[in-house]
Amino acid sequence: MATATLEPDVDQSALFEFLLRIGDNALILGHRVSEWCGHAPALEEDIALANTALDLIGQTQLWLGLAGEVEGEGRSADNLAYLRDGFEFRNILLVERPNGDYGKTLMRQFLFDAWHYLLLKALKGSAEKRIADIAEKTFKEVSYHLNRSRDLVIRLGDGSAESHRRMQEALDDLWPYTGEMFVGDTIDAALAGAGIIPAPQSLKIGWDEIVADALSESTLVKPADGYMHKGGRRGVHTEHLGYILSELQFLQRAYPGAVW
Amino acid sequence: MYAQMVKTDGTRVRSLDEMEPHERAFQERVDAGQKIEPKEWMPDGYRKTLVRQISQHAHSEIVGQLPEGNWISRAPTLERKAILLAKVQDEAGHGLYLYCAAETLGISRDEMYEQLHSGKAKYSSIFNYPTLTWADIGAIGWLVDGAAIMNQVPLQRCSYGPYARAMVRICKEESFHQRQGFDALMRMVKGIPAQKAMVQDALNRWWWPSLMMFGPSDDASVHSVQSMAWKIKQNSNDELRQKFVDQTVPQAEYLGLTVPDPDLKWNEEKGGYDFGEPDWEEFFNVIAGNGPCNAERLNARKQAWDDGAWFRDGLTAHAQKTAAHSVAAE
Ligand SMILES: [Fe+2]
Ligand SMILES: [Fe+2]
Ligand SMILES: [Fe+2]
Repeated sequence: MATATLEPDVDQSALFEFLLRIGDNALILGHRVSEWCGHAPALEEDIALANTALDLIGQTQLWLGLAGEVEGEGRSADNLAYLRDGFEFRNILLVERPNGDYGKTLMRQFLFDAWHYLLLKALKGSAEKRIADIAEKTFKEVSYHLNRSRDLVIRLGDGSAESHRRMQEALDDLWPYTGEMFVGDTIDAALAGAGIIPAPQSLKIGWDEIVADALSESTLVKPADGYMHKGGRRGVHTEHLGYILSELQFLQRAYPGAVW
Repeated sequence: MYAQMVKTDGTRVRSLDEMEPHERAFQERVDAGQKIEPKEWMPDGYRKTLVRQISQHAHSEIVGQLPEGNWISRAPTLERKAILLAKVQDEAGHGLYLYCAAETLGISRDEMYEQLHSGKAKYSSIFNYPTLTWADIGAIGWLVDGAAIMNQVPLQRCSYGPYARAMVRICKEESFHQRQGFDALMRMVKGIPAQKAMVQDALNRWWWPSLMMFGPSDDASVHSVQSMAWKIKQNSNDELRQKFVDQTVPQAEYLGLTVPDPDLKWNEEKGGYDFGEPDWEEFFNVIAGNGPCNAERLNARKQAWDDGAWFRDGLTAHAQKTAAHSVAAE
């Protein structure tokens, strides 16, 4: 049943790996966004951020749920979220960056949303039906996230002198973490070859365009493409992830076997 | 309650015969159960009392995000995390409706924030207690939202239209929160012994502060009598507290928990429970700013506001530029 819709020549472990990557991105970014709860600069922002976090946690349930199914070892989405250690996490480094000020949080969201939007748009046409179904379900949410983060980046970039300065600083700071989104490996190649996912490199042109448009409207200057950090997609993270996991997983680790 | 010890103006309630014609017409509409709307004439005291009450209620909703928000990152499952996020988001939404309702009375949201941050306006005492374990999140839903509902259901019939309508929407969500809180605790008491112990510990700490939410006895208070005449309060604090105890004790029993009150016992004659007196000295201390989390809660709100100033200013600056451009283009 679990593999009924899969083509026999598709490597199950590659598929599992991809599902962890996309699920972990949603989980870790959802976690970061939820840290703002009650502390946002306006009540409307508190509400909007909670909404974004809620969407991302819902997406985590779908992706990691499917990951467990594909793996076929009886692990649930919760097992995967709560009982893996840092080296087993596959999110990109960008989403584990600390929130910083509100401008940095919004910029991180925008850079991610633009990519997430393109990825899901492509995944709607995935040859693997269960992936296409989840992409279909979540694409609308992510389109909304992108509209919102894009709009705020533009308004704050082209706002006051201080908001401009902060947004530029956020952009410069986060830019070296954007390259990881577009670097493929053998897992990507296998899945892209089977028509299951888009090749990561193929999303770069669209992303560049979305980002360039927004940046020109925002009067912000696109940083030069220098050194790009990477590692998250193969389990090599920054020191921040360990702290995220120690909070996220506290109860499951402290009370093994308890049902909540 | 979310609005505790709200003061009214005036020293006694006047009879219809003592009133000026427009005040008398107002009181007669209230007596007839009609809704008062923002544009209508209303006594100054009515307006001021409502502003105090509604803004205190709104502040409680937003400060109330903090103790629960404290556990979002540590929620034990993805589903519990989503439920908690949705709840805290609802509370922020309640704050928003209530600020809007208060604004119809001629005060701005910024002014209300200013009053909160300066300590002039209060919020419910309950949110000055810490959330120490995950069971506290269930206990807040069950007890705190439960106590809020007791007070807010009658407020759906409050004489001021915008407040009454906000309450209708809010009450639906609060009952949902209460059920979810109870459900989370239910799951825990059926779990391993450590989970059940965690729930009992939460009840031990939240029981008395929950009873204090209704405020001290106010049967003799002129504020209360005036608020009742204006129909912005429908029941006395003691009545609501009694109702809450009567509703909640059987639920605690169902969970297999012990209510931390040695004086609690069923009184067949009155058809309700007899129960002990909350520690009012503690209550007045919390109200005066000496609760375990008063300073942290208020500082968190002030800091969010101050740190967000550049964000709000930036958006304003952008709006002004856009407006200037469109004028220039005409
Ligand atoms: Fe609420
Ligand atoms: Fe409320
Ligand atoms: Fe609530």
